Amino acid sequence: MSNTPTGRLLVGPFNRVEGDLEVQLQVADGRVASAQVNATMYRGFEQLLPGRAVRDALVVVPRICGICSVSQSVAAARALADAAGVTPPPNGQHALNLMQACENLADHLSHFYLFFAPDFTRPIYADRPWWPEAVRRWAALGAGVTQGEHARQALAARQRWFTLMGTLGGKWPHTQSVQPGGSSRAIDAAERLRLMSKLREMRAFLESTLFAAPLEDIAALRDAAALARWHAADPLRGDLRFFLTVADDLALAQLGAGPGRTLSWGAYPQPDAGLALAAGVCEHPSASPLTRQAPDVRLVTEDATHAWLADSGGPRHPAQGVTLPDVDKPAAYSWNKAPRLDGRVVETGAIARQLADGQPLITDVVQCHGSQVVSRVLARLIELARVLPMMERWLGAIVPREPFYTPDSLPDEGEGMGLTEAARGALGHWVRWRNGRLLHYQIVAPTSWNFSPRDAQGQPGALEAALVGAPVYPGERTPVAVQHIVRSFDPCMVCTVH
Amino acid sequence: MGSLHVLWLQSGGCGGCSMSLLNADTPDWAATLRTSGIEWLWHPSLSLASGEAVLQMLEDCLSGAQPLDVLCIEGALLRGPQGSGRFHLLAGTGVPMISWVRRLAGVARYVVAVGSCAAWGGVSGARNHATEACGLQFEDDQPGGLLGAAFRSGAGLPVINVAGCPTHPGWVIDSLMALADGSLSADDLDSLQRPRFYADQLVHHGCTRNEFYEFKASAEQPSDLGCMMEHMGCKGTQAHADCNTRLWNGEGSCTRGGYACISCTEPGFQDPGHAFDATPKVAGIPIGLPTDMPKAWFVALASLSKSATPRRVKTNATADHIVVPPVARKTRLK
Ligand code: SF4
Ligand code: SF4
Repeated sequence: MSNTPTGRLLVGPFNRVEGDLEVQLQVADGRVASAQVNATMYRGFEQLLPGRAVRDALVVVPRICGICSVSQSVAAARALADAAGVTPPPNGQHALNLMQACENLADHLSHFYLFFAPDFTRPIYADRPWWPEAVRRWAALGAGVTQGEHARQALAARQRWFTLMGTLGGKWPHTQSVQPGGSSRAIDAAERLRLMSKLREMRAFLESTLFAAPLEDIAALRDAAALARWHAADPLRGDLRFFLTVADDLALAQLGAGPGRTLSWGAYPQPDAGLALAAGVCEHPSASPLTRQAPDVRLVTEDATHAWLADSGGPRHPAQGVTLPDVDKPAAYSWNKAPRLDGRVVETGAIARQLADGQPLITDVVQCHGSQVVSRVLARLIELARVLPMMERWLGAIVPREPFYTPDSLPDEGEGMGLTEAARGALGHWVRWRNGRLLHYQIVAPTSWNFSPRDAQGQPGALEAALVGAPVYPGERTPVAVQHIVRSFDPCMVCTVH
Repeated sequence: MGSLHVLWLQSGGCGGCSMSLLNADTPDWAATLRTSGIEWLWHPSLSLASGEAVLQMLEDCLSGAQPLDVLCIEGALLRGPQGSGRFHLLAGTGVPMISWVRRLAGVARYVVAVGSCAAWGGVSGARNHATEACGLQFEDDQPGGLLGAAFRSGAGLPVINVAGCPTHPGWVIDSLMALADGSLSADDLDSLQRPRFYADQLVHHGCTRNEFYEFKASAEQPSDLGCMMEHMGCKGTQAHADCNTRLWNGEGSCTRGGYACISCTEPGFQDPGHAFDATPKVAGIPIGLPTDMPKAWFVALASLSKSATPRRVKTNATADHIVVPPVARKTRLK
């Protein structure tokens, strides 16, 4: 057997991601030479929405995704609000933000404990000094294996955390309390207090198990050097430091470089019209300073050259987009289109949000080491530490007995756009209707950006490029480095193939 | 009895039933299942095994080397385009998921449809869908689906339809536990093959708006407290599910969240023939009356109760918080 794997590898089914993913690798001399990312399912929401009553979108679109259903609802509600010219009252805006943050933070928690960390328990790492501890904390659920202790605790914390949604949104996933004019569920004084105690429960879990430090201390780490000092002080204490220990040993910061350009639409609008997390496009080419600018949504196109979807007329802005299957198209290999910003590949996700918002630690880490497996995971965890205190403030600002909902009157004809941030990144809905019936509905989901196939210029998508150079060890059929890289993006294929 | 070996696969759905399942009401999810004798062969969101190891496990199930007790399918079965199944190929195999499901169902002791997509086609099977989606043994309310009306699993049962969009975690856990201890028989399924422990209830039971319903004191817009049957499209009086007695996410339900029950456990819920948030009426009377109530009685009772509605109930029905509290009497209750 050769020590340097070479040839073609088809990796799938790819699990502990949301939905169906297949990755085709060309391997040369023990490294990935090129990759093709295939979303293997088509669902067709953009075909089943037209013809329906406009507000039906609020029932149908959460069902695009069971993991970011609130974000889908928020994008739809915002698109309708955009057309109707309605704004939620302050209580309503806070309630929507609390629901969306609840979902986004739960997603970060599930991603870390259930999807990402279990790869460190693989037998391939059995000779590493940290392996037994990784198994004890993070083992996946499985035949004959008791799930890791911290994974179990995280799952329990997540379940308690989602009781917030029971009060705020009736049920999760697929609440319908997210409305263009705010929330259909007013919160009374006693409920506000009970919700506060649930925020404190999550704070306690994060401060004991994940960070082993106060959230404010984590959010105050200003640069890569401060993070390194904090880590070195007690390298096994808490799951973030233990992750950094493992990541250092495996040199994960060398894996999965992103395109050096990130996009966030910005998140959590505030009653005073600002955003709690600013929007932005950031460029961080290696060895030059990071730049930020406001995203120009007019520059978004979706390119279907390599998708099994009709592409006559070339790449289109989603307001004019079409999504119709074309199964026998030559050169197609995915159900995902290739979204581009000004014709260029961008990465989206927590890292993009934290960069756009100017968070000092993530900015410095990305300046020093780029966007890669470690900085992507770190950005999600930093977001947990930053957003929970924001939720405490939003909940504190709710005034019981004041309205949560502003009546809207949708015009007979309308056109709107709803932009928001799901946990995995930039999400946009584009809608148009006439005579009270939907005519046009296009969705550009976060994973569509990150996991896009090649475009007409042959540019590979963000993940396709990030996989190049990943090591493939002798005998590996599902290379572990590839798994770390893929899961660092936390793909949601069901959103992608909506 | 040995372990119940459960294999969970996803097809044309949103993954929401899996995400919902993780919200089961327990401080130790893994232990709840393990101590009930439930062992996961594989779950796409939770298991370590990936790629070829999974494909080998599927082959072992097919060959009988690995007993397959329960095949859980989440998401609709995508038969398109033109029956080819190419809208969903199982990653790593190039083979349509519908072929895998047909073969695996043939060796499973029990087959469970998790959620309304796998049961009836669900939202994926909406009126103008392009994917030729169907459920395992139904296409909307028509028996048939992917496996055919005559299908019976190894243990002699039809597909067990744990319907809901998503399905409630308690419904899934209870179903698996009942299979593990051998206490679920054909008699425990209703006419649509749903477990009766939840399908013999109505969403209306335990709804916090019941007093408003009694007096036909109705909500007129989202966030109003009144009953949502008259104007807001609520189907709680017809929808089979225990959502208001076995709550969601600790203390929620659709109606408690301020929006209508769209009867997501029923076939065809995705195409009600009217806007989801509006109640269709003929001559001012809602067409979707409680199934076991004669229309004339409903009309008579409604007009009587409307004329007797207390001011408190009437006022609060169109407010988002209690404006008129119940009177506190100075004397003791009699
Ligand atoms: S809102 Fe629906 S479930 Fe509740 S009382 Fe009215 S009809 Fe019944
Ligand atoms: S209340 Fe109705 S729509 Fe909501 S989950 Fe229950 S059955 Fe489904």
